[in-house]
Amino acid sequence: MRLEYFQLVDRVEEIDLAAGRIRATAEVPVKSTIFEGHFEGYPILPGVLLVECMAQTAGHLVLVLEKFERMPFLTQIERAKLRRFVEPGQRLSVTGHLVHLGSGYAVASGKIETDAGLAAEAEIRFKTLPFPNAAMRRLMLTHARKIGLEVPQTGETPAP
Amino acid sequence: MQETFSAVADIIAETCNIDRATIRPESHTINDLGIDSLDFLDVTFAIDKRFGIKMPIERWMQEINDGKGSVDDYFILQNLCTKIDELMAAKPA
Repeated sequence: MRLEYFQLVDRVEEIDLAAGRIRATAEVPVKSTIFEGHFEGYPILPGVLLVECMAQTAGHLVLVLEKFERMPFLTQIERAKLRRFVEPGQRLSVTGHLVHLGSGYAVASGKIETDAGLAAEAEIRFKTLPFPNAAMRRLMLTHARKIGLEVPQTGETPAP
Repeated sequence: MQETFSAVADIIAETCNIDRATIRPESHTINDLGIDSLDFLDVTFAIDKRFGIKMPIERWMQEINDGKGSVDDYFILQNLCTKIDELMAAKPA
């Protein structure tokens, strides 16, 4: 997890487009200023970041299904349950399942598991829009490549 | 159409917390019922699921923008229900 860049997925381990399924991993950093405030003496990853982690994982599935032509933007979180505390240094297995790919929107379910068991789950809805500009698309392509997704060859210079 | 309208009206009432009695075939989803874009996404998802279709909302919006149709053609409920019926009829058996 690169908390300072809000990039919460480290690696896509599996993606099955026919089944509409993705599994990624993410390691919670041992140190982060977030844990100084949340909470000193009892550091735990904020629940909103668990939700964001599920959204980013499922979002990458949608990105691939949309052939990197459209960007999924988080619009709604349904039935979110944060079942366990997640601590610095823990390794997360994050799965996303496509529920429905609609016209201009997508719905997915997400789940986070740790060695201790199920940590979080939610249904996540996205609005999907054409990329607002080339820079954002380039950034998403570069990040997707970094985390192990196959991305279309565009001939563009990768984002740093 | 009546059956479709009844199902769509139920979906709108439940999803958007609108009194079911106020939803009529001639109601305009935006002007009369005040459904905003986010609620309309929920309604679309519920309709897609209920009827097993994928309403081509983006194509419809493009047709409106291109002047090939009016907003009323798509967003007055009886017209929307006719389009849902057409999508149902076009579904592979």
